[in-house]
Amino acid sequence: MSGEHDHEHHEHDHGHHPEPPSDVEARALALESLLIEKGILTSEQVDGIIRTFEQDIGPMLGARVVARAWVDPDFRKRLIEDGNAAAGELGLNVTNLARLSVVADEPGVHNMIVCTLCSCYPWMVLGLPPTWYKSPPYRSRAVREPRVVLEEFGVTIPKNVEIRVWDSSSDLRYMVLPERPSGTDHMTEAELAGLVTRDSMIGVGLPRVPAAQS
Amino acid sequence: MSADRPATSLDGDLALPRKNGELVFEAPWEGRAFGMALALTDGGPLAWNDFRQRLVEQIRTEPDHRYYEQWLAAFEALVTDAGFVTREQLERRAAEYRSMKRDEVF
Repeated sequence: MSGEHDHEHHEHDHGHHPEPPSDVEARALALESLLIEKGILTSEQVDGIIRTFEQDIGPMLGARVVARAWVDPDFRKRLIEDGNAAAGELGLNVTNLARLSVVADEPGVHNMIVCTLCSCYPWMVLGLPPTWYKSPPYRSRAVREPRVVLEEFGVTIPKNVEIRVWDSSSDLRYMVLPERPSGTDHMTEAELAGLVTRDSMIGVGLPRVPAAQS
Repeated sequence: MSADRPATSLDGDLALPRKNGELVFEAPWEGRAFGMALALTDGGPLAWNDFRQRLVEQIRTEPDHRYYEQWLAAFEALVTDAGFVTREQLERRAAEYRSMKRDEVF
């Protein structure tokens, strides 16, 4: 299909929308078409960003950082001192973004992250925030009743373990470094990365436990 | 605490614990709104912090709106304040889409 619309400047193979767009869709379309017309952005740029956040910068980047910290005590130390520099060592491009602060779980301390004001999230290592992270209930309850929230995620923290909740901001993004599960001494760094879940780096989950060897 | 807010989303997330890439955009326009804001503020001509301030403001003043509606409103404020487009242009263009005079999608 080509050349049918003689004087159209744009091509749209399946352009006909069976129904009018909703008000909010129309506003988003209006913004993008105007910004493109004015040369301020291109639709390819927007496509690229969506793709990057959906696929390339998934939580796997954070998982690599965690696994390295588990196998390399010196890296762990550098990571806690300067998250951006340490992540950069693994080839992650995080230098021009907000400061990344890695908070480490240890015996007696469990960390979790939240953004009480909006949705600040360590995108550079975890990708896009999950929907619940942005929800008003999580934002308020994580601070008020973290133990209850964790229970809802299926994580029971013993009473004698302190829960530290870190409130992210635009300049400072926290990420949790969970404790290395026991029984993983034989595992390689890449295998360990496979145990690290997104939720464990937010602090609302724990790393996976390796399958028991029979 | 209503049953359809935090608990449901937590359950939903727990139901697929291995699926890291949870569906974050519930409609394509949400992804476009996200991408546009980042294109202009992450290494683009505008400051991320200026966008973030407007997002905080939207969330504060319209707490019942959906997250990406707040996001889109914050982005509209950012680009109109920057003088990239005017409110009038936006209104006119959105009306063209609603009336289906324009059907170019992204």
